[in-house]
Amino acid sequence: MTAVVPGKPADTSGGLPVGGAMRVMGSETEYGIHAPSAPGANATMMSARVIQAYAQVTRQRAAGGAETRWDYTDEEPLHDARGWTLERSSADPEQLTDQPPVLDAEAIALAYGRQELEADGEDEAGTLLMNMVLGNGARLYVDHAHPEYSSPEVTNPRAAVTWDAAGDLVALAAVRRLAADPDLPPINLYKNNTDNKSVSYGSHENYLMPRSVPFGEIVRGLTPFFVTRQIICGAGRVGLGQDSARAGYQISQRADFFETEVGLETTIRRPIINTRDEPHATADKYRRLHVIIGDANLSQASNFLKFGTTAMVLSLIEAGLAPRIEVHEPVAALQAVSHDTSLTALLRLGDGRRITALDLQWIYLEAASKHAQDTGVADAVDGDGHTHEVLERWSATLSELGSDRAAAASSVEWLGKLSLLEGYRQRDGLGWDNARLGLVDLQWADIRPEKGLYYRLLARDRMQRIVDDAAIARAVTEPPSDTRAYFRGRCVSRFGADLAGASWDSVIFDVPGRGRLQRVPTREPLRGTEALTGGLFARHREAGSFLAELLGLSPSS
Amino acid sequence: MAGQEQQQPQSRDTEVDEDVPAAPPAPGDAQASAATQGVDDLLDEIDGVLESNAEEFVRAFVQKGGQ
Repeated sequence: MTAVVPGKPADTSGGLPVGGAMRVMGSETEYGIHAPSAPGANATMMSARVIQAYAQVTRQRAAGGAETRWDYTDEEPLHDARGWTLERSSADPEQLTDQPPVLDAEAIALAYGRQELEADGEDEAGTLLMNMVLGNGARLYVDHAHPEYSSPEVTNPRAAVTWDAAGDLVALAAVRRLAADPDLPPINLYKNNTDNKSVSYGSHENYLMPRSVPFGEIVRGLTPFFVTRQIICGAGRVGLGQDSARAGYQISQRADFFETEVGLETTIRRPIINTRDEPHATADKYRRLHVIIGDANLSQASNFLKFGTTAMVLSLIEAGLAPRIEVHEPVAALQAVSHDTSLTALLRLGDGRRITALDLQWIYLEAASKHAQDTGVADAVDGDGHTHEVLERWSATLSELGSDRAAAASSVEWLGKLSLLEGYRQRDGLGWDNARLGLVDLQWADIRPEKGLYYRLLARDRMQRIVDDAAIARAVTEPPSDTRAYFRGRCVSRFGADLAGASWDSVIFDVPGRGRLQRVPTREPLRGTEALTGGLFARHREAGSFLAELLGLSPSS
Repeated sequence: MAGQEQQQPQSRDTEVDEDVPAAPPAPGDAQASAATQGVDDLLDEIDGVLESNAEEFVRAFVQKGGQ
């Protein structure tokens, strides 16, 4: 096991400033899907229709088609970061995400029964598109029974918010397309994480880390942070318990669905720290930390802090400087924090002390702030351009949570939602078990601006914007410039018709006149940038000549 | 109860009243009253946006498992 040298980060930054909030990161959003006029409709089929609808939208936008098949050769869902590989035979079928999700008759019959199959039609199922790579470098696909948008890789929390919000516009475009089709029932999509009937679906974050950091250090440093992070980025939920059996309001959508501290699964026995280890990059240098505990955020400020503070805590862990804190029984503590909207509950630490979630966040903030100042990245002028803002917002938000909750309601998502719910409770005298409050909770997350209650508050400036609308709209079609997503996205936009497939770490060309497929590996996340490949795209309009020059200039060489 | 939710017209004409001038140092209760007015306007708007038949709509939102 490699020792972590305090204050000396491992040399896997690829040139990004270390010590603060910058690192390669990305988001994944599984949307809740519902067709009110067709109750009981097959969710996988509806999800495929969403992907299909977006393919139709992009066909209009980019001649030649912007959709590209996903390449599964590098998916390793059974690799465990603790150093072993699960036997395929002992894996839950839902963990086998490296097999193409061909929505064939057999799969539908297994999931839904023969009757459902007959109702939906075998022929249509055989041809539905399940997977796309988008011109902005993202992936849009059917994951289990939900449409999922996986953002392109970005290098900072502001870009993470931008390209995550772009996914909501992608989903919106698909919803609009379906609504305009008189032959199909309208489909609503919700950026939330539970149906309040014991089912949860994820919003995941991914962070690139040097493989040299021992996994035990990650678990030790992150667990107390993840138990309490929800107070700044929880999305709020009406109902307590997985099936909302008890009336009430809690901070997190997800907390009640976590059952263990560390593990490989994401759909059953969900762990606070997920050990899935698919680096989607050079495996001996990097690990991709797969974070499954977060809520999907519509609030830009909460989303910004979710990515920014987590990236900073990972920098602390890499430097061996994470606070030495152990929370007693973390899963129970996670749920206790979520159920305590007063923020006064005391968590028991391993050394016997009792502190609040807010206290614990202050401890992490102070450590992260000191480390960022010591490394120079926190400076407002000469810093890395991101860490200063994360620290300012983190500190301001914790202060507001302690003394001015009304102010925090415009940035902290669970408080923004709570202020609306309290308005209804006071005006109409509603108890927490009233269905109307459940509807406010659900409709908060409707991605249509005219129906989504978050968007109604945003329109009145009751929720803060930290990225302007034009930047989010641009991110629907434009990839980030400073990661390999630039290369992937540009290849899709420019040469979509000549691509056989793409994945996080490859783009596969099928150029007429060439005898075989040409796979371009992109295993270094910080190569393939606009700086490195922009000229190549500028020089070539044809895939053939583009590839010819690229063969001597691989983006990951 | 089902059927109680009424569609109400959106009261867009009241939106201009939201901006409370910061200049006069208002006493605490006046601020609170302005804030209440803002919330009332917001709730009026949202009444018109909420799906009708809350109980049925919430009950019908059933998801298959995810990650």
